[in-house]
Amino acid sequence: MTLTPVLSQRWHDTDSFTRQGYERHDGYKGLRAALQRQPADITALVKDAGLRGRGGAGFPTGLKWSFIPKDSPNPTYLVVNADESEPGTCKDIPLMLATPHLLVEGVIISAYAIGAEHAFIYVRGEVLHAVRRLQNAVAEAYESGYLGSDILNSGFDLDVVVHAGAGAYICGEETAMLDSLEGRRGQPRLRPPFPAVAGLYASPTVINNVETIASVPSIVARGVDWFRSMGSEKSPGFTLYSLSGHVARPGQYEAPLGITLRELLDLAGGVREGHELKFWTPGGSSTQLLTSAHLDVPLDYEGVAAVGSMLGTKALQIFDDTTCVVRAVLRWTEFYKHESCGKCTPCREGFWWLVQILDRLEQGEGTEADLDKLLDLSDNIAGRSFCALADGGVAPITSSVQYFRDEYLAHFEHGGCPFDPAESTLFAQSAGAST
Amino acid sequence: MGDAARAEMREIIARYPQPRSALLPMLHLVQAYEGYVTPAGIQMCAQELGLTEAEVSAVATFYTMYKRHPMGDYHVGVCTNTLCAIMGGDAIWSELTEQLGIGHDETTEDGKISLEHVECNAACDFAPVVMVNWEFMDNLTPQSARDLVEQLRAGTEVRSTRGPKVCTWREAARVLAGFPDGRAAEGAQAGPASLAGLVLAEEKGWQAPEGGAPAIEAAPRKDGT
Repeated sequence: MTLTPVLSQRWHDTDSFTRQGYERHDGYKGLRAALQRQPADITALVKDAGLRGRGGAGFPTGLKWSFIPKDSPNPTYLVVNADESEPGTCKDIPLMLATPHLLVEGVIISAYAIGAEHAFIYVRGEVLHAVRRLQNAVAEAYESGYLGSDILNSGFDLDVVVHAGAGAYICGEETAMLDSLEGRRGQPRLRPPFPAVAGLYASPTVINNVETIASVPSIVARGVDWFRSMGSEKSPGFTLYSLSGHVARPGQYEAPLGITLRELLDLAGGVREGHELKFWTPGGSSTQLLTSAHLDVPLDYEGVAAVGSMLGTKALQIFDDTTCVVRAVLRWTEFYKHESCGKCTPCREGFWWLVQILDRLEQGEGTEADLDKLLDLSDNIAGRSFCALADGGVAPITSSVQYFRDEYLAHFEHGGCPFDPAESTLFAQSAGAST
Repeated sequence: MGDAARAEMREIIARYPQPRSALLPMLHLVQAYEGYVTPAGIQMCAQELGLTEAEVSAVATFYTMYKRHPMGDYHVGVCTNTLCAIMGGDAIWSELTEQLGIGHDETTEDGKISLEHVECNAACDFAPVVMVNWEFMDNLTPQSARDLVEQLRAGTEVRSTRGPKVCTWREAARVLAGFPDGRAAEGAQAGPASLAGLVLAEEKGWQAPEGGAPAIEAAPRKDGT
């Protein structure tokens, strides 16, 4: 399978983030076309294309839009989830740095489709330059008449606010994001009601990921058949796969959905020289770990689900044979403990206990009973909280015990971690020479 | 916190359909003026939004970017989430804590550097990563991280790997509050890892399928524009 740069197509131009740079390659043509049509036609188009949410869950985008009630007395809002924080995930930030206008154009078309006159781009605060590029793109769009009132003489009005978050992973969860955008602590809400009915300010709201919204202009400009000529029947189109870790050429690889890790590793120069693939995440740390047995799994929504994990954000974190899986999982669990918003007891208390057990295990002071306790606790956390943080947080634990039980046991036998962390680093002395 | 800050808070509030939505950028603004979230800043937010100080504090203490004690000019955030930690972030962290003699969420006595271990900052393909006032410093080693901190302390100009010249903590907070500093055009459009797939596709002559009939034809508008 070959690469298909669409979202990343313009990233080579040094002025790709400017309006002029964007318009040179037909930027905002999709918007001009969209404004000629009825909003319902745009929703139908996105539905027919089969675009699915790129933020992790893979929910059909057009269907989500169609849930917006037509008779609500309240205004409708569009919120773009640019709070990219899932460990391993690094696709939306480069997109916003290189082509913020692609996102802005997608926002205008999407807002037009759902009838929103106010949209927010909720970007995590810890990426200052991405915030600058977004602010600049939005300002340029206002100057050019792409935003504001009576956009391109269409009669459609839209205001966009770039809203910087303040450091809380949980705000990437869509209802926590709404609470945060309302100026509150970012804690998830009970559903129903779903945001489409009662979202921001208890009004109809669509929340979509950056990459999802950025995919809309090309669908409008090039059509359903074109979009569906890539990917599979149920997972059509192109997407950004992010390779990181022990791989020769880490980075962003845009390909049709359904490419395999074997193919991607081949494109990225393979696992670093002298080493072998040990484990990997298909879509960030909240997806069950996979191993070299899964190299040929199609990386689409159905393919990854079939092997007990999730496509997630397509954040492929590659770890080679120098990596201690217990160390990796402990660190992720510390992350979930830190980022639990505290609303639900199983998550707030559970990760606190899990960290202590994993810490003991990594130091070689655990017992086999601790492994059972890990799984028992995990079972009592997943599915027993308001949001998916809890489910995601136990995914690396349960999957690592499933695939690497012996390595946990080796820590007891060895009286500590049998790995040398120096060998895993990017700056380890010529990895190949040691073998 | 004076009249200028109050006027800017009102400017922020005017951006939103409902005032309280302005609270997060207002707290960023407090940090721009005060360096951290001070009682005076909390009081002004509460006054402008018609909230109690307890309500504002409850929000401020939820988010890790809001600090409750004075900060150095340069916030150095070392990513020690799993991937960066394994790629060298733990070694960088050890190096910097030893070099500076401070730990997590502490500031050097000269008021220059505040150190923090941060969670995944969405640059895993550039691991190990360090953030300086929330700008990317990509692919660091313990030695290059050490040199970076020395330069920051010495007041030498430091540029982000993919972004502009590093500004101060307070200047960064001002941008986050929604007051642009006019430096969006500085720095590269994309780093090498971001372009890895695109470069390969260009070498091989790969591209997305051609054309496809436009889903919607852009007809000329009746008014001729």
